[in-house]
Amino acid sequence: MSAYAIEIRVTPRRGLLDPQGKAIQHALDSLGFAGVGEVRAGKLLVIELDADSPDEAAARATRMCEKLLANPVTEDFAIEVGRNAGQPEAAT
Amino acid sequence: MIGAASGGNGSGPAAPEPRPGDPEITPELVADHGLTPEEYNKIVGHLGRTPTFTELGVFSAMWSEHCGYKNSKRLLRLLPTEAPWVIQGPGENAGVIDIGDGYALAFKIESHNHPSAVEPYQGAATGIGGILRDVFTMGARPVAVLDSLHFGDLDSSRVRYLFDGVVRGAGDYGNCVGIPNLGGEAYFDRGYEGNPIINVMCLGIMKREQLIRGEAHGDGNTLMAVGARTGRDGIHGATFASEELGEDSDASRPQVQVGDPFTEKLLLEASLELIRSGHIVGIQDMGAAGITSSASEMAGRSGSGVVIDTALVPVREPGMTPYEILLSESQERMMVVVHRGREEEVRQILAKWELEAAEVGQVTSDGRFRILEDGRPVADIPALPLTEGCPTYEREGIEGEEVRAQREMDLTPYAGGDGDRTADFLRLLASPNLASRRWIHDQYDTTVRTASVIQPGGDAGVLRVRGTRRGIAVTTDCSGRYTYLEPGTGARIAVAEAARNLACAGALPMAVTNNLNFGNPLKPHIYYQLREAVLGMVEACALFETPVTGGNVSLYNETSGTPIYPTPVIGMVGIIEDLERVTRHAFRDEGDAIVLLGRNTDELGASEYLYAMHDIVGGRPPRVDLLAERVLQQALLAMIGEGLLRSAHDCSEGGLACALAESALQEGEDPVGIRVRLADPLPSTALFFGEAQGRAVVSCDPANLERARRLADRYGVPCTKIGTVGAIGGSFIVESADARIEADIREVGAVYFGALPERMDAQ
Amino acid sequence: MRAVVVTFPGSNCDYDCLQVLRKVMGVDTRFIWHRERDLGDPDLVVLPGGFSYGDYLRAGAIARFSPIVEAVKRYAGRGGIVLGICNGFQILCEAGLLPGALRRNNSLKFRSHDVHVRVETKDTAFTRAYRAGQVLRIPIAHAEGNYIADPATLERLEAEGRVVFRYTTREGARGEGGNPNGSANDIAGIVNAAGNVLGLMPHPERAAEGVLGSTDGLGMFESLVAHCARARVA
Repeated sequence: MSAYAIEIRVTPRRGLLDPQGKAIQHALDSLGFAGVGEVRAGKLLVIELDADSPDEAAARATRMCEKLLANPVTEDFAIEVGRNAGQPEAAT
Repeated sequence: MIGAASGGNGSGPAAPEPRPGDPEITPELVADHGLTPEEYNKIVGHLGRTPTFTELGVFSAMWSEHCGYKNSKRLLRLLPTEAPWVIQGPGENAGVIDIGDGYALAFKIESHNHPSAVEPYQGAATGIGGILRDVFTMGARPVAVLDSLHFGDLDSSRVRYLFDGVVRGAGDYGNCVGIPNLGGEAYFDRGYEGNPIINVMCLGIMKREQLIRGEAHGDGNTLMAVGARTGRDGIHGATFASEELGEDSDASRPQVQVGDPFTEKLLLEASLELIRSGHIVGIQDMGAAGITSSASEMAGRSGSGVVIDTALVPVREPGMTPYEILLSESQERMMVVVHRGREEEVRQILAKWELEAAEVGQVTSDGRFRILEDGRPVADIPALPLTEGCPTYEREGIEGEEVRAQREMDLTPYAGGDGDRTADFLRLLASPNLASRRWIHDQYDTTVRTASVIQPGGDAGVLRVRGTRRGIAVTTDCSGRYTYLEPGTGARIAVAEAARNLACAGALPMAVTNNLNFGNPLKPHIYYQLREAVLGMVEACALFETPVTGGNVSLYNETSGTPIYPTPVIGMVGIIEDLERVTRHAFRDEGDAIVLLGRNTDELGASEYLYAMHDIVGGRPPRVDLLAERVLQQALLAMIGEGLLRSAHDCSEGGLACALAESALQEGEDPVGIRVRLADPLPSTALFFGEAQGRAVVSCDPANLERARRLADRYGVPCTKIGTVGAIGGSFIVESADARIEADIREVGAVYFGALPERMDAQ
Repeated sequence: MRAVVVTFPGSNCDYDCLQVLRKVMGVDTRFIWHRERDLGDPDLVVLPGGFSYGDYLRAGAIARFSPIVEAVKRYAGRGGIVLGICNGFQILCEAGLLPGALRRNNSLKFRSHDVHVRVETKDTAFTRAYRAGQVLRIPIAHAEGNYIADPATLERLEAEGRVVFRYTTREGARGEGGNPNGSANDIAGIVNAAGNVLGLMPHPERAAEGVLGSTDGLGMFESLVAHCARARVA
C-alpha cells in the first residue's frame, strides 16, 4: 500500500451558466485585467488515500466522485493522482 | 487522571517551574502582553514569585479590557441593574428577565469590531456564534439575533467590501444555525472609516427553571471540553481586542477565528439537552481568552478552584504549548462541569450530536486556578485575583477642543430654504443612513422558527412567545454622530429612541443590554466621551426603569490614532402583553387621520440632513427631555392598549418628512399617498428634516381621533392632527406655510428601496 | 393521521414543521432522527429545511446517505407521501427521488423574503385545497434554490404537469420580477412521476398562521390531511 495525494477538481458542467464564474470574470474585468475570457469557479478537493496502485487510487476516486463529491446534474470532475512523497508506507 | 493533583493533598502541589523553551519574563515581554509595570508587580504579589510564561499569558488575557473591564468598571458600576423582573444581572454569560407565564428571556449584546475589521466575513460570523453561545449556555434557546453595524462612507470600496462581508458572514452563520434576524441598524459615516463597529445581540427564551449559570462548584466534579478541537487561532484575541489597529492589521490575519455554524448548531442542541438532563453543574462558552476565561470565571463565580491538564485537551495541531492551549480562541467550544460519575451519560448525549468531549480537569476546593502539562504544574494562580482582581482605573476625562468647535458651529447658512423641497427630500431619502435596509435583511433568514411577528424594517422586531398571548419586542439604537458631538446627550437619545421604538410597537420597555464602543480610554478626550455617555445612560435607564443586565465594552477602536465616534449601542427588550394589539409603522386605510405626538422644534444640529446635503458633522444634537419621553411612551402604550391606533412610528433620523415617507411606503408593495400640512411657524429645513426628539407619527380611524386626543391630554403629550392617509399609489404631499414636498409615492419608493442596492450591486 | 418529521444534523425547520402539523392541524406528529432505519407507519414524511451537515460539499449531498433516507426511499416506492421543503427538496434531488438539482441563486446571495408562487396543478395530494392558478404569498429563505435539469427532463416535467408551483408576480404573471433565484422555467416546486413525492423551495410552514402575516401555506397541510383521511378510509 502507498499513500497517494489525489486532487479532484469539480467544476460547473460546461455549457451551464456559472453565476459565480461570471461574477468573478466581471470583477476581474472591472479591476482592469484585460483579456479575461470565461471564468469557471469550482472546487478543489485534496484527498489522502491508501491504495495498491495509481490506477486503483484513480478508480476509487472516480467512484467517490460519482457517489458523493460531484453532482452529475450540474458538475464535471477531473482526477489527478500524485504520490505523496512525504508520506511513509501507511501503517495499520 | 488528574485526581492525584487535586485538593486534599496536605503538602500542596509544587510551584510551577519555567517550561523549557518558554521565553524569559522581561519588561518587554510584560509590555507586549499589555500589562503595565504596576500591574505586573501586582501579579508578582498575588503569586509570591515571578510568573511563568503561561501565567503571564493567563493574567494578560484576564486583565485585558475585554475580560477585566479595567478602564470601564468604575463607570459601569453606576448603571442601574436591578428590578423585580430581573432574574440575572451583569456578570453572567447573559442577562435574564422574567417575561411571565413561567418564561424567562435571556439576552446579551457583544462586539466583534476588531476581527471584522481584519476579516469581515469571519469576524461577523464568529460574532454571531459567540453571542448565540452566551445565550444558550444560560439554558435558553436562541430565538432571534440583531446586528448593530456602523461603517465608514459607502463611497469607499474598502467600506463596501467590509459591509458586504459582514452582512454575508452574519447572514450565513445565523441562517445556517436557524436563528431569525429581527433587525438592528446600519449606519454609514466617515467617523467609522477604518474601524467598523459590529455589535450583535441575541435573545433566548426558556422556562424559568431551566436557567443555569456558568459555575464550577462541587469538589471533584469533572471539567469537560466539548465541541471543536483547540487550534492556534485567535490566540490573544482578548488582548488584540483591547489594542488599537495599526497600518499592518491586515497582516494579523492568523489571529482571526473561523466559524463553523454547523458545529454550532450541534453544540446548541447538545448543550440544551445536557442542561435539561441534570447531569451538569455549569456550562460556559470558551469565548474570549478561551479555556482561561471560561474555567477561571466559573471557578471565580462559585468560589472554588480548578485544575486542568492541557495534555488532555483535544487539539487540532500537534506541539501546542500550554500557553497556546489556554489562550486559543478556536470557535464552537464549551467548558462543561459534570457531576462526578455522570461523565458517560454526558458523553452519550454529545455522541448523538456527533460532538467530541474530553475530561480535561476537575473542580477543586482550594480556590486556585491550576494548570498542568501532562501532570507537571505550569500555572498555579489564586482564582479570585485573576477574575476579580484586575486593577480598575478612573482616567482623566476632558472634552476635545475640536468637538467643541464643531458643536458650536454656526448652522444658519444651512438652515434656510423654502419653496419646493422635493428634490432635497428625495436626495436625503437616498442617503444610505435613511434608505431601506432591505438589501441587508434579504440576506438574513427572518422567518425561521415561525415566531417573527414583525420582521426587520419596522421600529422594533417582534416575536411571539409560544403558548402565551405575549410578544417580545426588541431593538438596537445608537447615533454615533450625536454621541460624538455631545456624548451625554447622544447616550440619552440612544436609550430614549430604543424605548420609543418599543412603545411604537406596543411594548413596555423592560431591560437593556449595552455595548460601549469607544477609542483609547487613556486619551482624556476619549475617557470624557466614555464617562459622559455612561452617565447619560445611567440617567435614562433609571428614569425608564430599564435596568442594564449586561453587555460588552470595546475600547481602543482606533486606526492609526484616529478613534471612531463614541458609540454606546443600546439593545432594549420589551413585552407586548397581547399580540392582538401589536402595532406596525405602516399607514393602513385611506382616510385615516395622521397625528403627530410630541412637538416640532427648530433644531438641525447633528442631523443627517447636514451630513447628506452639506457634508457637515456639526451643531448641537437635539435636546432630549427624558421625562417627556417617558410620558410619550406611556401615552403610546395607552392608545395602543385601547386599540385606537392603526400605526405608530418613531420620528428620528431624517426628521418628520422621512418618518412620514417610511409609514406611507409600508413594505413597498402598496404604498399610500398622504396629505400633510404642518402649521408650525418654523423654517422648513428644521420642520421637515430636523431630528427633534420625543416625537412619534401615528395614524387612527378619524372616529377615534377625539379619544386619542383626550388620552394624550391626560398624559400631557402634544397631539396634533397633521394630515390624512390617501389612496394606494397616490401623491406624497407634505407642506408648511412656505415650503412643500410633493411626489408620486411610487417615485419615493423607488428612491427609498433602490438606494442601497444601487450602491452595493452596481459594479 | 400520523406524520414524521426527519431531523438531520443541521436541520433547523424541523420544529416549525412539527408545530404546524401538531398545533395547527392537530396531526399526531413526531421527530425521527436521521440515524434511525425505520419510519414506522406514517401517513406523511416531511424532510424539513435547514442546513443538513452544514450544506458542506453541496446542499443535501451528505444527508442523503443517512440511514433514514433508505427508509424514505422504500416508503416513497410504496406510494407513501413525502414532502421536502427547502433543504428537504435539495435532499430529495440528491437522493434521486426527484429529478434535477438546486444550484446557487443567480444573485449569488442568500435570499429571504416573501415570494409569490402560482399553483400550477391542484391535482396532487399536496394542493387539492387550492384553486388551480391561485397565487400564494409564502416566504423563501435559501442560497441554493436555482432549479436546473436537462432540457428533456424539463420538457417531461412540463408535459406531465409535474411543475406544481411556479414563481410569478403578485398578479400571477411569469417573468423576471417573480423569479427570485434564476430557476429554470420559474420552477418553485415539483412532484415525482407517481405524484407522491413533492419538493419545493418556499416554506409553507412559515405561512400557516395569521399572526405571522400569511396563511397561504396552510392549504398544503389541509390538502395533505384530507388526502390521508381518504387514503385511510380506502
